[in-house]
This record gives sequence, C-alpha cells and structure tokens, in this order.
Amino acid sequence: MTDTPQRPLRVLAAMSGGVDSAVAAARAAEAGHEVTGVHLALSANPQSFRTGARGCCTVEDSRDARRAADVIGIPFYVWDLADRFKEDVVDDFVAEYEAGRTPNPCLRCNEKIKFAALLDKALALGFDAVCTGHYAKVIVREDGSRELHRASDMAKDQSYVLGVLDDRQLAHALFPLGDTVTTKEEIRAEAARRGLAVARKPDSHDICFIADGDTQGFLAKRLGKAEGDIVDESGAKLGTHEGAYGFTIGQRKGLRIGTPAADGKPRYVLDISPVNNTVTVGPAAALDVTGLTAIRPRWCGTAPSGPGAYTAQLRAHGDETPVTAELIDGTLHVAFAEPARGVAPGQAVVLYDGTRVVGSATIASTVRATSAV
Amino acid sequence: MAYLDHAATTPMLPEAAAALTAQLAVTGNASSLHAAGRRARRTVEEARETLAEALGARPSEVVFTSGGTEADNLAVKGLYWSRRDADPARTRVLASPVEHHAVLDAVHWLSEHEGATVEYLPVDSHGRVHADALREAIARDPDDVALATVMWANNEIGTLMPVRALADAAAEFGVPLHADAVQAFGQVPLSFEESGLAAATVSGHKIGGPYGIGALLLRREHTPVPVLHGGGQERHVRSGTLDVPAVAAFAVAGQHAAAHQQLFAQRVGGLRDELVEAVRAAVPDAILGGDPDPAGRLPANAHFTFPGCEGDSLLLLLDAQGIECSTGSACTAGVAQPSHVLLATGLDPDLARGTLRFSLGHTSTPADVEAVAKAIGPAVERARAAGLS
Repeated sequence: MTDTPQRPLRVLAAMSGGVDSAVAAARAAEAGHEVTGVHLALSANPQSFRTGARGCCTVEDSRDARRAADVIGIPFYVWDLADRFKEDVVDDFVAEYEAGRTPNPCLRCNEKIKFAALLDKALALGFDAVCTGHYAKVIVREDGSRELHRASDMAKDQSYVLGVLDDRQLAHALFPLGDTVTTKEEIRAEAARRGLAVARKPDSHDICFIADGDTQGFLAKRLGKAEGDIVDESGAKLGTHEGAYGFTIGQRKGLRIGTPAADGKPRYVLDISPVNNTVTVGPAAALDVTGLTAIRPRWCGTAPSGPGAYTAQLRAHGDETPVTAELIDGTLHVAFAEPARGVAPGQAVVLYDGTRVVGSATIASTVRATSAV
Repeated sequence: MAYLDHAATTPMLPEAAAALTAQLAVTGNASSLHAAGRRARRTVEEARETLAEALGARPSEVVFTSGGTEADNLAVKGLYWSRRDADPARTRVLASPVEHHAVLDAVHWLSEHEGATVEYLPVDSHGRVHADALREAIARDPDDVALATVMWANNEIGTLMPVRALADAAAEFGVPLHADAVQAFGQVPLSFEESGLAAATVSGHKIGGPYGIGALLLRREHTPVPVLHGGGQERHVRSGTLDVPAVAAFAVAGQHAAAHQQLFAQRVGGLRDELVEAVRAAVPDAILGGDPDPAGRLPANAHFTFPGCEGDSLLLLLDAQGIECSTGSACTAGVAQPSHVLLATGLDPDLARGTLRFSLGHTSTPADVEAVAKAIGPAVERARAAGLS
C-alpha cells in the first residue's frame, strides 16, 4: 500500500442518507478525490408487485443520499446488498440473541458488509478506498501501515464499532469526519453551508433494520414466545418472561417482577441461560465483573505477545477501563483493574493503547466478582 | 459521451422543440369559445389529424393523454370497467407477462381491487406471445374475457409481437385487444387501421417529442370508463385541459417518426448490428436477449446478458467512461432487480442480474458503437472480478 491520502484516490462513498456520510463524501470530494456515491439497499421487505422486487422501505433514505450526491456533484448509485446483509448481519443478530448473547449489529455490518462485501466489490471495480461518515481517525505510519485512532472528539468517537477492521481493511478506509474536532452541531452547520438538505435530518439511533425500534417485537416474531422463569441468585422463582432472548446483562427495566427485593434496591439481569430458558436477576453489586474471555480476536497490526496493559471499551458509548490482556491459544483473556458492570457476552471488547485501537474480540464469558451466579 | 438509452427517452427533435416553444407564447384554452380558444382548438385538431395520418388512424381515434402510462391505464382499466359494465361475467384479463409496468401494475391492481382474474399468456424464449396461445386462452371461456393486452414491441429485449395475428385471434371472439406501442412507433411500420387493435398506446418523448404527452388510439366503438373525471375534453373518456404546445410538438415528432421510419430502421438497425457484433467479439459468451433475427426485434435495441456480472457494476463502469445505457429495469429506489421480462423468457435469475440494454436512436453515430466496442471487454472483466454480491 503506497497510496497516501494526499494523492487523489478513486473513492466509493457509502451514503446512508444521513448527515454524517453526506458531509464525509463532500469532504472527500473537496480534498480532490474522485468520489462516487453509493447507497446500500439492505432491507428485503417486499412491498410492491414488481416481480422479485424488494420493496422500497429505504426509498426516503435513498432519495436523501441521492440529493446529497447531486449537490456534491458526484455520480450516485444504489446497490442491493440485502441478501448479504440478511445473511451476515440480521440472521447473526437473531442467532446471537437466541443463544443468550447481546450482539452489536453495527460492528458486524462494518466487518462483513461495508468493509468486506462493499470494499471487495469496490476494489474489484477499480476503486482505491471506501469512505464512510464514521468518527474515527486513520493515521499512516512511516512504513505505510495504518493505525486506527479514536476521533478527535471523544464524545462522537465511533472507533469501537470499527475495532473489527484489520490492516487490509484499514488500508482502504477513509473517515473524513474523524480528523477534525467536530461536534454534531458543527457537522450540521457544515452540511447546511454546503447546501445539503440532510443538514436538519434527525439522527438515527436505532438498529437500521428494526425500523420501529421494537427489538423485542422483532425477536419475538422470529424466535416465537418461549415462557420461562425469572429467578434470583438462590434460584427462587420471582416471575416469568416470554423469551430469555429478550434480555441483556445489566438490564434493569422491563423485568415485570411484582415483588420488590428484600432490601428494596433495584434488580438487574445477571445471567441469561438459553439452555433452560431462565433469566437470573440480582443486585447491582452482583453485576461486577473482574475479567472476561473473548473469542475471534482481530488486530489492527500484529497481534501482541504476552500480557499487556491497555484500556478497554466494552460496549458502544461505554467508558474506558484499565485492563491487562493476553492472547492465549487464540482466546483473549482480559483482567480489569477495577470491577466493571454491564459486560455482556456477544458484545465486543476493544483494546486501546491511548487513542490507538489495538484490536478487538467478541466477549464469550465473564468472571464475576461474587460467585453467586 | 455515448448516449445509448434512447428507449428511456430520446433527444427532442429541433423542429419539435421549435413547435413547442412557439406555442408556449400563445394563449388559449382549446375548450374556450372565443377567438383565442378557437385558435388553440385549431392547433390541437391539426395536430390530431397529423398524428392520425402518421399512425394510420382516424383523427377521432386519437385521444390525447399525459403520456404512455396514462394511456395504458385508460385502456386497461377503462376497457375492463366498460366491458364488465356491459356484462358482469367479463372479469378475465389476458396479459403478456413481459408488459411494461404501466400495464402490468394496472392489471394487477384490477385483480386486487376490481375482482379481475388476470391470466398471463405464455411466451417463448424470445418473450413472444403467439396467436394460438391467445386464441386458446380466450376459447377456454370466451364470454368471461374483458380484454387482452399484449405490447407491440418489448421495451427491454426489443421483441416484436405478431400484432395482426393476435388481433385476429381476439376478433374471432369479439374480445378487444390493446397494445402498448410506445417503443414500436417510429421503429417499425405502424398502422392502427391495419393492426386490427381496439386500442394502442403511443408516447411523445420516445419519438423526439416532449415529455408529458401521449395518446391512446381508440376505435370509435369502444368507450372506456374514464380514469380521470372532469371536463370530458377528449371524447368524454379523458378529462383535463389539453397541453396545446405539447400536442403540437408531439404531432411534429410523430409526423417525422412515421416519415423517417424506414430510413431509421435501416440506418439505426445497421449501427445496432455493428454494436451486437462488437460486443460479441469483445465478450464471446455474452448472450443476446430477445429475437436474434433482426426482423423479429426493434432495430434500435441490443440487449445482452453477461454471465457472472452484476448489471449494476457494468452500468457504473460504463457510466464512468461516458457510456450511458440501462440495466433494463429499475425500482423507484434505484435498485436494479432481475427483470420480470427475462424471468418470463425462462432466463436463470442469477444470469438475469447481469444484463445491459443498449438502445440507439436518431442521434446515434458510429462513434457511439466504437465507444462500446472499446469499453465493454475491460468493463465485463472488471465486473466479473467484482462478482455477484
């Protein structure tokens, strides 16, 4: 990889129809790159008669992306990656919940769709890079290799969902928004200044393929209702649920347990057992985790050898926590300096060295401070 | 720049543009009784006569509409309603499966909302409906057929239908046959009188006229129930103030299309043959869609399937080199889908994803063909490397 961002690249800009990716594409074009916009049709929702058509539930986003491309003055296409998306992201999302884990579909989409299916197609068609509206920084080392860093604005940083990218993927990634200190308001102002109508479009927070935001309903439709017990740490039954997949470790709301805890303090989901369809709840203190193991590690650069001191992020928008991590036989073992809470199998642990992303892995199990569960 | 998407729309003829702009400066509602109104009415009626002449129809058989889509809807829905009103048993609609969406979605709507039973006629591997197939379908129960609709020429693969034979088969049972002739006008000889059709659709912007104007050619004995209700300006089957400038320019383009049809077929057909040869030379395994016999297809149409390619990828690569063509079908979100036309001809759905339609027109030149000849080989190679996502 001898390309540097200074040299004009042929760039494929993934445009979701939102303000971030529109400004990212505009900045890439302004930097002198030859930019082509592409909107990914990811939903397979037959709504019309058109034979074999996947309805047009993304029509509005697609139109917004198209209008942004018009204003920027770049070619624009819509690519249908719905089959790949269903296979690699949606089905995986459902299977992970079914197994009692808590997946992060955005991370999965970056790993499997944007920087795999899309990137591979882009490279084959003669593009040099894929550009997205993520807030993260890529720094080119002297030897030409890449480092992924947190965005200048820590509040907007999205390096966590990009932590799965390897060297090769990073070498072809362009994140024009990560290089400057930029608040969302500044990005909106910039979009307005550039004449982009998406400047005032509301942020999307939810999972893109669950349009109404009802994850429980989405899962229930696919996994069916499976009534089971909610028990406390001693195994005593406190209530029932309609499917263990509907819960996340650390969850407090929506437990619908009639009787309060003996000490009157709120109870949290401590454990989800899909095997016997049981959800265990208990006090906040029981959520304390002192370590974890994680599988499917991916490294930005070479894998570290021996134990190392890092900071770790355990969920999107989560805080950093100091850890010691070591790779043993392909499994990452992480020990926390201080107990951490809300650590859910299925989520990613991303290791940082300062602002630099070292690598990531999928949390497989946790080590509890108390041995009650 | 090589514009090879004339089937989507073709550049307006300078004389049509001149007629359009000249009329834009003139005031007058063709329904008004005063002098300005009479002037506008005269322009409309002269245009109607010109178009009728060009299309082998009587002036009273020309019903102006806002375009091909409206004319198709008026024919399909309007004839369904009027025929069913006359006899409630008539609820069967016979349609080819390769129709344009303006017909396909209209007949589907009738089945969803108006109690119609839609029967899709069988087509051969070129997408052609044979008269025997239509005859057999009607003969199964001649009394319950409301109408049949089979396009004159297919917009994607260019296949010509045996219109006269189809109309004769329908006439044996007194069933009205409609044909969408939007792509045929100007490319093949077209006489409404000789076709035996009950109704035929034509459109302005496909023949060098303006957008937003079309016509339904309609025999006097048919009075379809209107889709648009109002002032009844067009034979009481179509309402809305007539767009006098568009009507005038449509007539100019229509006259030109009819007068130059033979020349067009010869010159553009020759270029098309060269394009087909060039593509085959560059990509030996490219599959020509539609009828390989030039006599059986539109002279301006060349349609290819490129195995192992995504049409999207090819479009992007050619577009980047200034070659403008089409994958054949698109949904409103802009997502290309395997074409219903190709699926109806029996093409494998994976193959159907890798198609391109090159459609030539009156401004096409040998340089356009050369551009494709040069670009298509490397583009297909690239698209193949990108594969099917």
